[in-house]
Amino acid sequence: MSRSTKYLKIFAYTYLIFLYAPALLLPLFSFNASQIIAFPLSGFTTNWFENLLYQETLHEALKNSLIVAVSSSILGTILGVLASRAATRYDFTGKQISLTFILAPLVLPEIIVGVALLIVLIQLGLPLNLWSVVLGHTLLILPFSILIMNSAFSNLDISLEEASMDLGENQFGTFYRVILPLVFPGIMASLLIGFTLSLDEFIIAFFLTGTETTLPVYIWAQFRFPKKLPTTMALGTVLLIVSLILLSLSEYFRRRAANSQNSVL
Amino acid sequence: MTTLVEVQDISKSFGAVNAVDGVSLEIDQGQFFSLLGPSGCGKTTLLRLIAGFERPSSGHLLIDNKPMDGVEPNLRPTNMVFQNYAIFPHLNVEQNVAYGLRKKSISKIEKEEMINQVLELVGLSELNLRSANALSGGQKQRVALARALILKPKVLLLDEPLSALDKKLREQMQLELRHLQRAVGITFILVTHDQEEALTMSDKVAVMFDGKVEQVASPRELYERPTSQRVASFIGAMNFINGTVMEAKNEIGINSDILGPLTISRSQVFGDLTENKIIIGIRPERISIVSDGSSVTGSISGRITDASYFGETTYYKVACGKGSETLTVSAQNSFGQMDYQIGEEVKLNVDIKSLVGFSD
Repeated sequence: MSRSTKYLKIFAYTYLIFLYAPALLLPLFSFNASQIIAFPLSGFTTNWFENLLYQETLHEALKNSLIVAVSSSILGTILGVLASRAATRYDFTGKQISLTFILAPLVLPEIIVGVALLIVLIQLGLPLNLWSVVLGHTLLILPFSILIMNSAFSNLDISLEEASMDLGENQFGTFYRVILPLVFPGIMASLLIGFTLSLDEFIIAFFLTGTETTLPVYIWAQFRFPKKLPTTMALGTVLLIVSLILLSLSEYFRRRAANSQNSVL
Repeated sequence: MTTLVEVQDISKSFGAVNAVDGVSLEIDQGQFFSLLGPSGCGKTTLLRLIAGFERPSSGHLLIDNKPMDGVEPNLRPTNMVFQNYAIFPHLNVEQNVAYGLRKKSISKIEKEEMINQVLELVGLSELNLRSANALSGGQKQRVALARALILKPKVLLLDEPLSALDKKLREQMQLELRHLQRAVGITFILVTHDQEEALTMSDKVAVMFDGKVEQVASPRELYERPTSQRVASFIGAMNFINGTVMEAKNEIGINSDILGPLTISRSQVFGDLTENKIIIGIRPERISIVSDGSSVTGSISGRITDASYFGETTYYKVACGKGSETLTVSAQNSFGQMDYQIGEEVKLNVDIKSLVGFSD
């Protein structure tokens, strides 16, 4: 092995450790018997996980988060499907610029999006509740959904749609019988990514939520009580695992979307 | 025979490009009709206009005497076999074939019977449950045919259906398609750039250049009596010789460097003879070679300058006349046929009856 590849290897490992070690501390301390988050570890316990079962405000926050995540991922995906269908299939003036604007939240600081949305909602006199969070999260999910659906739609052979029309189906039947089944893996990937994004999102939820808090906002609030820190760690561990599962699933669907269409010809 | 498809002065432009430019055609019921031309000549656009995927910029289309203006593809009595077959990848063979049957009010048993029948017709009976992704090119082609034929269209449109197959399979499918068309009696319209394919399969061929139809004729007529130099050189090979018209009445008297003075009938000449210039066309196989020393005397003297061996035939280039003009001559390598060497002096015999004359 040459010297340069050796250094590259060291660099890569260091990078990975810095990236993931903090995340690994979460499950570690959530099984630690002591209330104080510090080494050395003092013993194994599952108490903190059991505690999760008795926190009513936590359950309320979880329910809120699920409502927001499910609604905004569905809403974002529907809009994403429509937008990328239009973008991949039709040419119209202002297509590029409107796409750029829709994709902008991808790189815009969330705090700016959050504040801007807050001002707009207040100016419009709309109440701040879960639905305002859904609105904000939909905005956040839409660019991801469009990027996923764009690749699904651009892999779709246009002659399949023509064949369907030719065989007697109308536009709606063609969409339902040919297009939808072929982009279905893409839709699943978009839903799962959207769900995960919304479930973890803090800043926009923090700005737009009224009295009903979502899970990340609840977790943030818990930090005021040092006693509750290990329980929060346990909650974090659960969230980490759920997110990993959802992301793996969405990656599986995304790859299937790519594969099923590559073998069309 | 009755006319089934009537193309009336149809044009289609994409931006500034006229893909189809004032085409009129009549296609008979039960005919195997081919649209032949080089790529970009508008033949596929014309097919898509008939299918309804494109709308004409001007002109009209009638199928079975019904105007097709504004009629969507799903409501036309046409079905199409796509160039890449467009088999639905998420469905198996049977589901692909049954795709168009959903809206028809037929019992399930009847549907199954129809599917079995059409699969047998195209030779896929064993594969009804195979996934579309597991099919070979030839099998996909058959599924595409079955899927279209099961709907009993008045017209079946085929967009270069054989171009993706290898040579052997292509030749086999040409025969099969021809047999299939005779068996079902449906009008086929085939788009192809392969002149051999068009000649072997069709009852009638329309040759297209630059969005216009140049000639519509039977394969034999097209080959033996092409009405223009473009058609003549697109379909097979042809020698073109510059000549001068000496006399133009019922018979045309022509003189040329290579062939000398000769007379052909007016029906062998295409175009108006406004000038006294004429171009004489002759196919390579309508010229025969005899050795200079043999007892049969040929009418033209020449010298072999090149020979290309193609197995059953050999193409010779023969320099003749006073100038440096060469004629291409093909000789069947059949029993008793001589081999000629480059540089050898030979005599050529020309079949005067198969000459054609072009005015420009």
